[in-house]
Amino acid sequence: MKQLKVDAIKDGTVIDHIPAGKAIQVLKILKTQGNHPVSIGMNLPSTKFGAKDILKIENHELSAAEVDRIAIIAPTASITIIRHYEVAEKRKVSVPEKLENVAYCPNPNCITNAESIATRFKKYKENADGKVDYMCNYCEKIYRAEDFKIKLG
Amino acid sequence: MSEYIFPEKNIISIRDLGRDELDYLVETAWAIESGRIKPNLNGRIASLLFFEPSTRTCFSFESAVKRLGGEALIMKGTNGTSVQKGESFSDTLRTIERYSDIVVIRHAVEGAARLASEVIDIPVVNAGDGANQHPTQALLDLYSIKKIRGTLENVKIGLVGDLRFGRTVHSLAQALSHYNPEFYFISPSFLEMPEHIKNELKEKGIKYTELPEVEPVVPELDIMYVTRIQRERFADSEDYERLKGSYIIDKETIKGAKEDMKILHPLPRVDEIACEVDSSPHAYYFDQAENGVYMRQAILSILLGEVK
Repeated sequence: MKQLKVDAIKDGTVIDHIPAGKAIQVLKILKTQGNHPVSIGMNLPSTKFGAKDILKIENHELSAAEVDRIAIIAPTASITIIRHYEVAEKRKVSVPEKLENVAYCPNPNCITNAESIATRFKKYKENADGKVDYMCNYCEKIYRAEDFKIKLG
Repeated sequence: MSEYIFPEKNIISIRDLGRDELDYLVETAWAIESGRIKPNLNGRIASLLFFEPSTRTCFSFESAVKRLGGEALIMKGTNGTSVQKGESFSDTLRTIERYSDIVVIRHAVEGAARLASEVIDIPVVNAGDGANQHPTQALLDLYSIKKIRGTLENVKIGLVGDLRFGRTVHSLAQALSHYNPEFYFISPSFLEMPEHIKNELKEKGIKYTELPEVEPVVPELDIMYVTRIQRERFADSEDYERLKGSYIIDKETIKGAKEDMKILHPLPRVDEIACEVDSSPHAYYFDQAENGVYMRQAILSILLGEVK
């Protein structure tokens, strides 16, 4: 029998195949801290990626909007909804077309870093390596999604 | 004028404008210059908010407003204004909106004009936001090329100088990409055209060649667009000192040019075009500055619904 490094959960969501080291960032953008028990596995061996992180959130099923947010920093992640220890549903991560106040604009001379306003980005390009570029609605600079500093809830 | 209804409420970025809008702006500028239409802004007030200093763009807008019979409220710099007292940009805009019919903004912070257009209901024109966009410059450049050649199609144009930080060349490349141009990007490697602009051109099938020297392509060019290497855009002054004066266009440089090749420059120039070129039939940069008034008249008239 395969031994689990992170305990199985009764009800909730398992986010697997998170790029190694990104689990904390994923958790931050989900705004679930403090509300639900969360187990984190980091730098676990992965045949596909070499190393990966995994998150198990008890008693919370991720919404489609939350899944979209994960795609910004963990486009390879897989989402599984668990009910009564059984796999109830698998959800695919898809890259959102727009990011509304999810991340800071990395351009220090962007107006979003000078005025207290929400940031807005739109998808600019999906690259051959699967990485996604976004354009800031204001300064029009283009950034790789993985370079964003995510806004905390 | 044609029955075309201009779809944009503001002019913020060249990216917002398609070929129909560009053609209409150019057509309107020509109709105004040639006296075919006479839009009247009598009783209309334009606020020219120049948070960052500018001579040419500000005067050119002021001239455009006055030639159309309108009035201009002008702020040059923030000395003595409520901005210095800590007022937010958004609050400044919300107040100015109550005083005027249209706002023209130059600001050092990128995205300022876009934010202004979201905060207020009257039309906003971006007169330059940091290193981002300067759409009215690109539009007057298009208008100049149209006047020189009679068409915007298939122009062979060399962009010379600072192609990395120069916002005017980015906007111009994007604007011309609707008209199947052939570009020559002439710059030192440190100042070459950014990848994302080149990628956009590639995706549209636009031809471009990058090279470090201008002389080999001079005989090919219809237009030579020269830019200043701008000290204010360099974080490292050593880089600026190393690269300033990389290109100096003089009579010798252009001796192999086609008879009707024209030299454009957004101005101000420092030393990148020698004064001896001013008297040559190739020099067009002062006519280009004049064209800015006609284009800005067109922009103000269209956004205020006065083109009939």
